[in-house]
Amino acid sequence: MKYVDEFRDPDMAKRVLERIHAVVEEIPVTRDRPLQIMEVCGGHTHSIFRYGLEELLPDKIEMVHGPGCPVCVLPMGRVDDCVAIAEQPDVIFTTFGDAMRVPGSRKSLQQANSDGCDVRMVYSPMDALDIARKNPHKNVVFFGLGFETTMPSTALTLLQADREGITNFSLFCNHITIIPTIKAILDSPDMVIDGFLGPGHVSMVIGSAPYEFIAGHYKRPLVIAGFEPLDILQSMLMVVEQIKAGRAQVENQYKRIVPEQGNSNALKAVGEVFELREFFEWRGLGSIDHSGVRIREKYARFDAERIFAVEPAHVADPKACQCGEVLKGVLKPWECKLFGEQCNPETPIGALMVSTEGACSAYYSYGKIDIRQAV
Amino acid sequence: MCLGIPGQIVSITDEALQTGVVQVSGVKREANLSCVVPADGNLQSLVGSWALVHVGFAMSIIDEEEVQRTLQILAEIGELQEELDAMQHGA
Repeated sequence: MKYVDEFRDPDMAKRVLERIHAVVEEIPVTRDRPLQIMEVCGGHTHSIFRYGLEELLPDKIEMVHGPGCPVCVLPMGRVDDCVAIAEQPDVIFTTFGDAMRVPGSRKSLQQANSDGCDVRMVYSPMDALDIARKNPHKNVVFFGLGFETTMPSTALTLLQADREGITNFSLFCNHITIIPTIKAILDSPDMVIDGFLGPGHVSMVIGSAPYEFIAGHYKRPLVIAGFEPLDILQSMLMVVEQIKAGRAQVENQYKRIVPEQGNSNALKAVGEVFELREFFEWRGLGSIDHSGVRIREKYARFDAERIFAVEPAHVADPKACQCGEVLKGVLKPWECKLFGEQCNPETPIGALMVSTEGACSAYYSYGKIDIRQAV
Repeated sequence: MCLGIPGQIVSITDEALQTGVVQVSGVKREANLSCVVPADGNLQSLVGSWALVHVGFAMSIIDEEEVQRTLQILAEIGELQEELDAMQHGA
């Protein structure tokens, strides 16, 4: 496929890997401990496991799999809210497929569907709007979740519904923002991250400027990375070269997609429809200030939270669950007491076992479970 | 969740709605082009361009020059490593 195959060339990957190995050997700190590099985005986590990149990197680099899997960090209480809305009469609840299996405290959306609710998977929020057009006597709710990558699509869909005067469409807004979460991880006292692979597709919307504080204040390098194996390896090389040279800068490996200033049309739509919440609850990480958005008063008639009078209920994460520690890189997935036994992809207990973009699920699915026995 | 896929914009469906047809790996589907409308508003000029498509929205026009530049840098990394290897083995 054009613009994909070029970035999967195994010979080229081998050379870049050799270069990474050579550069890491010249970083003095790696004599005492491995470098901890966090890939923020769940899409990167998925690629890293799919292509077995972690195995190919030097032992002196440890990947820390970050919080950028929106399905994984969705708190149980929000899933309960989705189910409660889906259970209302005359509701068609629409969602991206990823969210179907996320466990709530009572049931998942998939179970709600089996129990008779009308829950439908859609590829695009525009498809949900189309369902609303075709079902004028039903209330069609779209479950808006995801980071800045996905926010413009739901904002533009809502604006389209507004232009057409559609009255039976609403958005259950659970969008989250990545910057406050990276900051929370950097402020955590047990934080040990040496550098970051920045989220490529979030960055195509927000640009590179919002990350400057990571380099400026926290003195950590961040390289905005694409999603193909060569993108990830080249970005990793750029991170370790910065560490070797004692630099901390925001660099952009994914320039073919990510303009420095982001996407002004997308940001305009997002700003028109959404405003920051004071705080938002994350599975595994707890409440993080200004880490989510809600629909502005102006568009209240499209806000499922207001229409269905949802009072966000706090449901505690399961007690033995150690997703928070794994997200911060303090624990490896297999070091969690629940990993592989009570908590597995079929019956996930913790956030990171839910989606294929979650670190625990990736370790489990790609055969890394044996590592647990080896430790 | 944040994944996107390169697709080619093959036609404009509705100028007012800013929608068009994108072809991804041979599959055609309607996509919203609002995020990639050029500054002059000329949607037709997008036909033939490649875009990163995410949940039915064209989110960024792929910059062909930057594609070539990145591939060039990768090729240079490869050449550098080969040269270093040769030096090491020759020593």
